[in-house]
Amino acid sequence: MLLQRFLIRLATMLITLFGVAVVVFVVIRVAPGDPIAMMLPPGATNDDIARLRALYGLDKTIVQQFFIWLAGVARGDFGTSISLRQDVLGLVFNRLPATLELAIVALVMAVAIGGTTAILGARERGTAVEAGIDIASGAALSIPDFLWGLVLILLFGVLVPIFDISGRVSPQLDLPFVSQFYLFESLLRLRFDLTWDLLKHMLMPAIALALPLAAIISQLLKQSLKEVLDLDYVVLARVKGFSETQVILREALKNAALPTLTLVGVQFTFLIGGTVIVERLFSYEGLGNMAIDAVINRDLPLIQGIVLVFALLFVLINLAVDMMYALLNPRLRHG
Amino acid sequence: MDEARISRHGSGAKLWLAGGWLLLALLAAIFAPLVAPQDPLAQDLMLERLPPFWLDGAEPGYWLGTDSLGRDLLSRLIFGGRIAFIVAFAAAIAACVVGSTLGLIAGYFGGWADRIISRIVDVWMAFPPVLFAILLVAVLGTGLSSVILAIAIIDWTRFCRVIRAEAMGQSRMDYVENARIAGYGRIGIMLREVLPNVVPSVVALLSLEMGIAVIVEAILSFVICRSRPTTRLGAASSPRAVSRSTRHGGCWFSR
Repeated sequence: MLLQRFLIRLATMLITLFGVAVVVFVVIRVAPGDPIAMMLPPGATNDDIARLRALYGLDKTIVQQFFIWLAGVARGDFGTSISLRQDVLGLVFNRLPATLELAIVALVMAVAIGGTTAILGARERGTAVEAGIDIASGAALSIPDFLWGLVLILLFGVLVPIFDISGRVSPQLDLPFVSQFYLFESLLRLRFDLTWDLLKHMLMPAIALALPLAAIISQLLKQSLKEVLDLDYVVLARVKGFSETQVILREALKNAALPTLTLVGVQFTFLIGGTVIVERLFSYEGLGNMAIDAVINRDLPLIQGIVLVFALLFVLINLAVDMMYALLNPRLRHG
Repeated sequence: MDEARISRHGSGAKLWLAGGWLLLALLAAIFAPLVAPQDPLAQDLMLERLPPFWLDGAEPGYWLGTDSLGRDLLSRLIFGGRIAFIVAFAAAIAACVVGSTLGLIAGYFGGWADRIISRIVDVWMAFPPVLFAILLVAVLGTGLSSVILAIAIIDWTRFCRVIRAEAMGQSRMDYVENARIAGYGRIGIMLREVLPNVVPSVVALLSLEMGIAVIVEAILSFVICRSRPTTRLGAASSPRAVSRSTRHGGCWFSR
């Protein structure tokens, strides 16, 4: 039953990705601006332009180009970047770990901040503490991530300069890493000096991405906790002599977490979408930053590759959330 | 009982506060030429980077100071508010019309219409929204109307999904069956019976979408630094934003 649903989901996933490929293919090809004209010096003859167009396959019709590209994708070849003249797949996989690390750190921070304030707010419900948490989450939610980025740059990059405002790692450092997951690898290799340097670069963009999500988690989880805390079994636990914090952590949290978990999954895709602009803001060398450069340079193969990778991430996260929900919710498991 | 009354009272105060602020911003935007102390585009290099009024060295008449070109920030904010409101209304309404229409058709007719529309929505939701917006503006050009169009093209799915579910629920109600028995055509039922019942959701989504449209507009005008001086909220949101965008140099892409 679960397997069958999984297979159907997998099939619709492929159709969705195909649709994304078609849309992005058409959209970027009707865009004004010629990537080939940008590559050549002003004195180039029409003959030169035509030759270079043919080299990149841009002289064929859109339909022909699409199927040539699709055949390449089936072989694992996403084409060659026009502006960087490198293999698209290699470029994307070089940058993807940086974006994933940023997104995961931001997610962990959002869950930590949101979860703590939700538990605190539920324990102190009806007091000034809860009101304070509500006001803080209202503020965190109504300011978009890129504006938080600017505020943070002003606070911790300029006024109290404790963080680095641009890049992923200090350029003078010698990196012994074999993978592109610098942060995780520095932890595994116990090179905490490098971890600290990476964090100094990563924390501000991560906080900017995390704050709106933290506010959503805080509000929803607090609401669910407050509902659960009135149920009989929680009252019984209280009668047994558990403290309010124990009651929340041991009894209420498990049953209140399900709606929040689903929402976090959906919101995580928004967070990943937000990395595009936040990475740009902090000159963080991730996929999003490269995406904007690719659009500026009209680098058609690179844009296609990046958009498709983002789309793949989105559908995979949605799939994971659905599966997790089915596994965790007993009503769906036996239904 | 008491608690309910208190919370209703509390939300009343919130409503007045939010509504009042919104009205103030709207009035300032409408009467921007009368309210703004300076011309938002007037550059004066003698007055560049002035601090706001609570700091030493501020000039009277430049309440929030000036940017690196000597343009008055308060006036830029007020004029930027105009564009924010235009985008909020136009983009939200455009997204609403497209999304609600398709959602209504998918939800009420079901079958192939539903399958095709739902698949398109799936594809759309798999795009990273910010990147999609930047791509669209690269295609459509940089004017105000292309920003509105880009937001509408991206965000119609939000309406479509909710209205589809609503219309689906409504079309199974008895009154729809009764209307069919009474001899109304399918399109007639959809417009006269189902549509009025999904309007509350449409209105709620519309208010949500206006806020989102303002943010997307700010992001777009922040990323896309135009060569001509502009008065957008995104560009005026912080002095740093302005200095940053000018540092990155005039054109983001040439037209």
